[in-house]
Amino acid sequence: MNNIFAVTAASGAASAALPLPPLVVSLLQIVVLLGMLFTIAAYTVLIERRVIAWLQHRVGPNRAGPFGLLQPLADVLKLLTKEESTPPFTDRWLFIAAPAIIMVTSMLSFAVIPFGPEPFMVIANMNVGVLFFLALSSLGVYSIVLAGWSSNSKYAALGGLRATAQMISYELSMSLALLAVALQAGTLSFNGIVEAQRDLWFVILQPLGFIIFLVSVVAESRRAPFDLPEAENEIVAGFHTEYSSMKFAMFFLGEYVSVMLLSCVVATAYFGGYLGPNIPFVPSVLEGPIYLLGKMALLVFFFIWIRATYPRLRYDHLMELGWKYLVPLAVLNLVVTAVITLALPHLTVAPR
Amino acid sequence: MLLIMFYIAAIIAVVSTGAVIFSRNPVYSVIYLIISLFAVAMVFYTLGAPFLAMAEIIIYAGAIMVLFLFVVMMLNLGQNRKDEDLQAASAKALVLPLTFTTILAMLTVLALAGAIPAPHAVGTSSAALGKALFDKHFLGVKLAAFILLVGSIGGMHLGRASSTPDTKETRI
Repeated sequence: MNNIFAVTAASGAASAALPLPPLVVSLLQIVVLLGMLFTIAAYTVLIERRVIAWLQHRVGPNRAGPFGLLQPLADVLKLLTKEESTPPFTDRWLFIAAPAIIMVTSMLSFAVIPFGPEPFMVIANMNVGVLFFLALSSLGVYSIVLAGWSSNSKYAALGGLRATAQMISYELSMSLALLAVALQAGTLSFNGIVEAQRDLWFVILQPLGFIIFLVSVVAESRRAPFDLPEAENEIVAGFHTEYSSMKFAMFFLGEYVSVMLLSCVVATAYFGGYLGPNIPFVPSVLEGPIYLLGKMALLVFFFIWIRATYPRLRYDHLMELGWKYLVPLAVLNLVVTAVITLALPHLTVAPR
Repeated sequence: MLLIMFYIAAIIAVVSTGAVIFSRNPVYSVIYLIISLFAVAMVFYTLGAPFLAMAEIIIYAGAIMVLFLFVVMMLNLGQNRKDEDLQAASAKALVLPLTFTTILAMLTVLALAGAIPAPHAVGTSSAALGKALFDKHFLGVKLAAFILLVGSIGGMHLGRASSTPDTKETRI
């Protein structure tokens, strides 16, 4: 039991920098991160509605407060005061557990995302951070499957089945693309991956892997044009048809948190994460979060942009894209990366 | 602290594995199995093998069990399996499980008594594990790969659209 958790090591280093016990540091990190996540997620909903309205030549929500800035607050109040109903034909325990699972898995992944080079800027600098992220994203499927099954209604079941097939297929290409990055960086920790990009971002070194990862990530988050699990004009609302009030809000929030998470991972793995040139008059501690959140904001905008641009895929096209194009290309990308890393070690950035 | 976490995870693993066998509803069985795999991953983690723990979650809990759940949901197995279960518990059906249980129990007792030497540790980092797999245990990896290949070819053969002329080829 010697090399336990880089977690304890990171907290130890963090408490060396701040004169506080490790547990307090960890709790502070978690509280700050969660507060930030909920605020940003609430405003992402508003930004999505405003941006889509703008792209479709509409006005969008602009009544609550200046520029509609109080809209998220109104939404939350509305969702909280609605009737909370659990239909009698559902499987009660799993019906309640399903929305909790997606919240837990998508928020827990943020523990391994570094917001800066300092030790206290990441909750858990795990040496298997990439695998931790992949493990949690593969567990997110259960939320959808169980929601679909426990609702005991045909539209929810159809949505759940579609989501399962889609997420399993695209998880494969997502993992393979991310592993090529890990191979090039020579480490499985997100901190190490960011540090390996000090000279050159991986989006330039891994263009094919980047495209595969981006497409898979959009499919993994089940957003348009890959939103077949909740296709409104075919299967009502898919897996969350039977959900109301706060349980529906948890699915909603979970989706936005996972969009933010996936944007953060794309930024970390391909766009240098917290790295960026010095900003004058800003303390260097704040530069990391500013760069990471800025890159995340641009990627979230990209997510919204493609949602407003592309129509939904047909189901067989979805499966074909995943299995016939993305997975073989991702394998090719991984093999080529491995060969280059072995044959030309001086060209790769990996500090071994 | 780690020892406490280890025992909590171990207890959860044993209890949920028992629940897999005793729960009436097949979907609940699958979910208990997922919890059990999760607890086993936790055991690996507390023993200082983070790579193995993550691999356990990604491969078993994240991929294989999803397919199990998928199939159970699709078949929509009824909840009244009481009679079936009793029939299945005939003497003939108990032979194989009992054999395996006996072998496992004997091995555990022998290992605890120190009669079996502990295998040579290869280190727990992903690099050390990869080296051990592709160097010392290369043949085993190749054999596993062949079995998987045979399995996937068999699956494709069984799942392909029928080639007899009178059935229309169906596209999904």
